[in-house]
Parts: sequence; structure tokens; C-alpha cells
Amino acid sequence: MEDKKTVMRMQDKDKRIKNFQEVELGYNEEEALREASRCLQCTNPRCVKGCPVNIMIPLFIKHIKEKEWEKAYQVIQESSFLPAICGRVCPQEMQCEKMCVKGFKGDAISIGALERFVADMHNSIEPKKEIIKNNGKKVAIVGSGPAGLSCAGILASNGFEVTIYEVLHRPGGVLTYGIPEFRLPKKIVEKEIENLKRKKVEIKCDMPVGNAITLSDLQKEYDYIFLGTGAGVPKFMGIPNESANEVFSANEILTRINLMGAYQENSKTPIKEAKTVYVIGGGNVAMDAARSLKRLGMNVHLMYRRGKDELPARKVEVIHALEEGIIFDLLQNPLEILTDENNSVTGMKVINMEYQEEIVGQRRSVQEVKGTEHNVSCDMVVMALGTNPNHEALKMSDIKLDDRGLIMVDDGLTSIPNVYAGGDAVTGAATVILAMEAGKKAAYEIIKRCK
Amino acid sequence: MYKIIYNKKISETSMEIALEARNIIDNAYPGQFVMIMTKEDSERIPLTIYDYDKKKGILYLIYQILGASTLELSMEKDSLFSVSGPFGKINEICKNIDEYKNKKIVYVAGGVGIAPIYPQIKYLHDFGLSCDVIYGARNADLLLIKDKIENVAHNVYYCTDDGSFGEQGFVTNILEKKHDYDVVVAIGPVVMMKNVCDVTKKYQIPTIVSMNPIMVDGSGMCGACRCIVDGKVKFACIDGPEFDGHKIDFDLALKRMNIYKKEEQKKLIAMQESLEVK
Repeated sequence: MEDKKTVMRMQDKDKRIKNFQEVELGYNEEEALREASRCLQCTNPRCVKGCPVNIMIPLFIKHIKEKEWEKAYQVIQESSFLPAICGRVCPQEMQCEKMCVKGFKGDAISIGALERFVADMHNSIEPKKEIIKNNGKKVAIVGSGPAGLSCAGILASNGFEVTIYEVLHRPGGVLTYGIPEFRLPKKIVEKEIENLKRKKVEIKCDMPVGNAITLSDLQKEYDYIFLGTGAGVPKFMGIPNESANEVFSANEILTRINLMGAYQENSKTPIKEAKTVYVIGGGNVAMDAARSLKRLGMNVHLMYRRGKDELPARKVEVIHALEEGIIFDLLQNPLEILTDENNSVTGMKVINMEYQEEIVGQRRSVQEVKGTEHNVSCDMVVMALGTNPNHEALKMSDIKLDDRGLIMVDDGLTSIPNVYAGGDAVTGAATVILAMEAGKKAAYEIIKRCK
Repeated sequence: MYKIIYNKKISETSMEIALEARNIIDNAYPGQFVMIMTKEDSERIPLTIYDYDKKKGILYLIYQILGASTLELSMEKDSLFSVSGPFGKINEICKNIDEYKNKKIVYVAGGVGIAPIYPQIKYLHDFGLSCDVIYGARNADLLLIKDKIENVAHNVYYCTDDGSFGEQGFVTNILEKKHDYDVVVAIGPVVMMKNVCDVTKKYQIPTIVSMNPIMVDGSGMCGACRCIVDGKVKFACIDGPEFDGHKIDFDLALKRMNIYKKEEQKKLIAMQESLEVK
């Protein structure tokens, strides 16, 4: 049996840095069958344990081998609500694929690519009409990101009357405003939203809960509430001149590009023009911002205070970023933004970092190397440093928060009766699949309560 | 879609729009703002609430035609694609009326800054507080909604740069003469609010200002609207838009208004050209 994985076809790197179309092109049938055939169908599958939602991976791959695409989809759907999305954005190399026994001697099975193939096959067929009997219970969902969408979908399938409240003009949360088109085409997100609407889920956009309607207003109208309000407000470093004109949060850059379409020539929302930009941070958001700006013709550096092996981003995003010509400045950190008299960015004062001695069981910490301060020149800086909680939706409520300001839950239930929460608002910035899982779990808790 | 009831010119550079926007109205209070998009592909722009009719669910906004997005808005007659809100904190005085019952309050407005001021003095008037207003503009034509203001204010003092109405000079000239107030609320161009604060600092009168920086989402997600208040980073959308005027870094706010100047100029020219073609 072939020990090398079937590599997904991709847009050529020189071509793709000039467009926002999807980079990875997915498997065709023949490629999916070839990759599926590598699966050993372990009796005690480690991959399932590596999956945050425990998808029965060998079983869905078995159905692929049998060309039973829809059966394969049903297996995934039992555990995961958004397979077309998770197949694209999950950090598989840290989860299922990390555990795959094939990975010990060769390449792990490309489980993510197979999941994506199955989901895309499913999405290409006309959806069946679901007949759902209304159970008379009403649920309000605050936020339409992955947590809210999965919670809504499961509840709607179980007969609940679901209304989603979304503050922006388009639903999808981070899937819409955050993750770029070249990694997650918006038509896939729209498909998931259409599926919900088909299940009679109502989506109310333009509705800032906490302002337009408070949590206690919602409590009067609905039997249950699920809060999936997301990660929150962008963090800044707190270094001098950080309010210079061309210092942006990655959220702002990504929102302008993804939600507002600023990458299109005739867009009415502008994006700042720049020659050289430094993106600060090493996570997926940093990669997304860096690669988006590269596509707008900028010379892009990515600065991270740790080394390459510790970049928190998905490995494949790092590889793609390198292929696309993003320059990685690792073990370096900005000390100050340099500006001219107009408050415009002219560069940064930067210092080198080094690892401190390792303490067993702890993540190695880094420290500044004295005397290595130096200046770099640039005309834009983008901060991709994570977020602090945003409590706008919780205004006028006395919901219990932990010391980091995150919503406290017990089996998804908050300190307020019948109010559930999940996703980044509970865990702090995490992954799409974990948010989806939290939304799903809360949905099943609500279903259990109604029995 | 939000139905437009009217969208009409009220001065050479300003328009007033009335909208059916029930989602905004029920919980809207003076000091808050909304985010609007004219069409599906438009920019999201923040506008401070000017008036509302809670019974009828009608929202009123006043705006100046300054760039491509407001030009596009001024031409729309049927409906707006998106109106979200209210966003931001409620005006401090309207929120804590009892604390201000026996205080002498003056509202200082510059140009279209009168629009966000109106709902505040109207609200206070309804609760039995009467406030003075100092209102300045470049010329008589640019002094808006005078009758409405006079109906709800105690004394109104006008000034214009060219002397075509009221005193000739700036709002700060009037404030220098009448500074026996306990609290000042100043809303208008950043330079005007800065100058007002320079005067009120001298007389140690607490001063509230309303910032109107660049925003994208309006809900705390993007950080475009950050201001420095008392040395700390604040987001105008969720921490404001009103702040203690004596603690705001106005010079920084002024510079940050220019972030997209070049890009916005291009968009405006492109829009004007496309209008000429049509």
C-alpha cells in the first residue's frame, strides 16, 4: 500500500497571491478513493480520540471506499455540525491526523481533506425536505458564529422554534467576517445558513443584544437562550505610539476585507494602501491577515516572539504563508511604533527574543535579549494578538464571569436559569470545531431538559 | 430593508433622513448611535441618533455629505439595506437625571453637532430640566433645526463665523462670557470640542464630549475607533462615544480622522465620475 498521502491540488502560488479564490482545491473522486484506500480501519481507532467531537472516522472512510458518499456524510453529521467548514479550518495535524497510526512511519491519512470531500459532495446535491414537528418551545440564540449555528441547527431539527440574533448585517460570525475567502469560501457558509433557514430558523441581523434588546427582554420571550457571542475586543500591546494611523487590529483588516469586500476593486469600504506591513502574532488570525494583505500587493512580514515550532497557527497555513512569500521574523518583538509628525507609521523599534531555560512541564518562556534593539521600516502594522472579552451583549444582566471575564458555565448552563453559553465567549479564543461542539452540547442539554 | 419615509436636504451640506427602524427604537436613548449601510455593498457608517418616535418606530438622522458613502446615502429614496443599533453608552446626564436636577447645564454645538444634542435636551426637558444651548456654525444657512431646539431649551445663544446670524465669532467666545455653568456638553467638529475643553478646563467645568471616529462594525470588534482617554486606550463604540473632554487626546483624534483620507478621496472621485456617466 502506498505510504505517501494524496496531496490536495492547489492553486499555484504565483497565481493565488493575486486573487482571493480558495487555495486548496479539494479531492476529486479518484483522489478521495485513493486516499481512503490507505486507511487501515483500525479496530481501536486512535484518530477518533484525537477528534474534539469524536467523529467515527474509520466508518466514514469505509463508506468512501464503498463510494457511499451520503452515508459517509451521515456518519460525520452525527458528531459534527459543520463538516464542510471544519474539513477546511480544523487544525487536523494537532487532532485526528496527529493520532493516526499511519503517521508513525509515513504520512497520516488526510482525514480533513476526506471530510471536506464528503461534505462538498453532500452540498452539491439538492437537500431533502425535512419534516419537523414543532415542540412549542422557543429559543433565542445570540450570535451566528459556529457555536450559534450548530446550537440553532440541532434545536431546529428537534422541533424548537429558533431565532438567531446577529449584530452585523450578515450572519456567520467569524466564518463571515474573520476567515478569508481563500481559506473558507463564503458560499459554503451561506449554504449552512440556508440549511438553517430551511429548518425555519429565523435570523435577525442588525440586532445588538444588550442594546437593541436585553438579555432579560429575551428571557421574557423565549424558554431558553444560548449565548455564542464570540471572542471579543482586539488586544493591543500597550507599546508607545500604538495609536498611530496605520496600526490596525487584525480584526479590522479582516472585517474590511471579508465582511465588507474591501479586496474588490469597486468596493465602497476602503483598505489602507501600504508598501510594507508587519503583522504581529503567530496564530491563524495573524496568518489570515498576512496572506490577505499579500494578496493586496503588500510586502508582508510576520513577526512572532517565539520560534517557528511554536507558531500557534495550523501548520498548513504556515506552509502556505511561506510559499506565498510572507517573510517570517521569528523570536522578535516590537518595542515601539515609530511615527512621523502626521502620526503615520514609519517603522518599529524591535528587540530580539531568546528562550529561557526549560522548566519541566511548562511552556518555555521567552525573554528579551538586551542590546539587540534595532529599527525596521514599514508603513503599516497589524496586531493579531488575540482578544479580550466583550460584554456588550450581557449589559444589564448579572451573569457570572470568571476572573478573565469569560462567561462561567456548568454543562453549558450559565449562572442564569435557562441561559446557556458556549464557544469563545466561554473559553477565550479557540477553534471553530470547539465552538461548534459547545453549541451542540448546549443544544443537547436543552433537549434533555425538555424531556 | 428599512423603509425611508423621507431623505431631504435641510441646508446646503446637510440632509435629514427618517426611517422605519423598529429594531433600533425601542431601547434607543440620547447619546447613542447607529450603524447604517445604504446598499448591500455600501460602507458601514456610524451616525449619532438625532430623534426617534418610539410609538411609530421611526428613527431620524441628520448627516453631512462629506464623502462617497454619505453622497450615496443622500441619493437613496426608497430604503436602506442595514440599520443596526443602538450602540454606545447613554448620555451621562440623561442616565443620571437626579444627580443633575439642580445643576446649570449648557450644551455647546458646532455645525451638525446640534443633531445629537437635540434628543438630549428634549429628553431632559421632558424630565423638567432646562438647559442652555450655545450653537455655532459657519453661516446662517448651516444653523439647523433652530425651532426644535428653541422649543426644548432654556436660552439659546447663536453665533456664526461670518456674523450672518447671532453673534459673529465662535462658540468659545460666548462660553468665555457665560461660564457660570456646572456642566458642559460639547458636540461638533473635533477642533471645536478641543477649543471648548480648553475654555472649560480654565474654569474647571466638567465637560462631556461625543467622539465620532472611524468605525467598521460599531460593536467593539475592530478597534478602529480607539481614542486615548486619560492615557488609556478606549473604544468609542463601546466605551463611548461620550467621554470626559478634559481627558481626551484631541490631537491624536484629529490625526486619526485622516487615516483613510487618500482612499476616501479616490472613492469619492470614482463615485462622482460614475454619477456623471449615468
